[in-house]
Amino acid sequence: MLNISGLQKGIVIDHIKAGCAMKIYHYLNLDHMDCQVAIIKNAKSSKLGKKDIIKIDGLLDTDFDMLGVIDPNITIDIIENNQIVEKRHLNLPKEVTNIFRCKNPRCITSIEQELPHKFKLTNRERGIYRCVYCEQKYKES
Amino acid sequence: MRHLISPLDLSTDELKEILDLADRIIEHPEAYSSVCHGKKLATLFYEPSTRTRLSFEAAMINLGGQVLGFSSADSSSAAKGESVADTIRVISSYADICAMRHPKEGAPYVASQFSSIPVINAGDGGHNHPTQTLTDLLTIRRLKKHFDGITIGFCGDLKFGRTVHSLINALVRYDNIRFILISPAELKIPSYLREEVLDEKKIEYKEVHKLEEVLPELDILYMTRVQRERFFNEEDYIRLRDSFILDAKKMELAREDMFVLHPLPRVNEIATEVDQDPRAKYFEQAKNGVYVRMALIMKLLNLEVPVC
Repeated sequence: MLNISGLQKGIVIDHIKAGCAMKIYHYLNLDHMDCQVAIIKNAKSSKLGKKDIIKIDGLLDTDFDMLGVIDPNITIDIIENNQIVEKRHLNLPKEVTNIFRCKNPRCITSIEQELPHKFKLTNRERGIYRCVYCEQKYKES
Repeated sequence: MRHLISPLDLSTDELKEILDLADRIIEHPEAYSSVCHGKKLATLFYEPSTRTRLSFEAAMINLGGQVLGFSSADSSSAAKGESVADTIRVISSYADICAMRHPKEGAPYVASQFSSIPVINAGDGGHNHPTQTLTDLLTIRRLKKHFDGITIGFCGDLKFGRTVHSLINALVRYDNIRFILISPAELKIPSYLREEVLDEKKIEYKEVHKLEEVLPELDILYMTRVQRERFFNEEDYIRLRDSFILDAKKMELAREDMFVLHPLPRVNEIATEVDQDPRAKYFEQAKNGVYVRMALIMKLLNLEVPVC
């Protein structure tokens, strides 16, 4: 097993669908931050088979629930003094804006560039988001 | 202020109110001939649609109001690159209510977000066409007196037909509705409708490939056009199209109180010989479209209903 040293104080974003770590890295703007970040790709997982993990040295003030839109299975571990002090499961937000773009070529957003790309949560259990304009389901490409 | 963007924007109570009003207008059209005196309807049609536009215009004129608008994007400010949001802000100061058709899905919703007058979606791409749904509901209710417990067959292109999707969504709100979905395998209803609407709400339905085998079970047959361009090859089209054409011989299999609807325009999916059958109600359905739009305009403008 690949070993990456533990965190004194920080955040572990775990159970990321394999291959999605970079999307989360960019969404959280981690490339613009000074903290150390470890990205583990294709780690073995009993639940998922393969998963990605991101370890961030230091705490971030951000709305992690938004990550649920990218992958609802993600869990967040808050680490202090080398211990997990909080394990958070994500609550899917009811509406998201400009997190992803509507890919329906018939959607009004395809011709009116200034419109925000808004999606509504229409099925919490299955994590389905639909475009507020054309109601097309958001699908990962 | 209310808009009508999706057929589901109206509760079943509001729907009943509109259909009841449409019934009263049909009974006493003269009583409603000046309720919109001094009011203007703007018809903003970014793509051509003779029937829907004229139906809206006839509705407003019947109510004593006036109409203004454009009938293609080329003759509108959209040709100069104006956004829907800007157009509706301006039109809001010219008219009291507007009906918008747009080739892009969600355009009327955008308009409703920036409008200070009620916006009616008159069709947005393959998405919604709520006034067609109101027309269909009014016609079914006038023919069958209620929605509960009816068996309705949808025949033809159920994959791309937005009128079918909207009507199914509207009807599942009533009790004991049963659907029979008659289409070639290539043109079955989209999976979201099957999984998120029919299965989730535990609606009884079956999918079949032959019209003849289910005709005796139906209370309403809703026909749609099977378009040649939807098929991958000509052979499949020729092989399948006859199964979805309604003619006088097939009508013999249907009950005396089964009625045939079609959103029109039809091409060849209903043989013209069926027009003579008293159960063919598609032209009456088109006429009902004017009455239900009159009722809708009155409802959205909060106009008082005259006492007949």
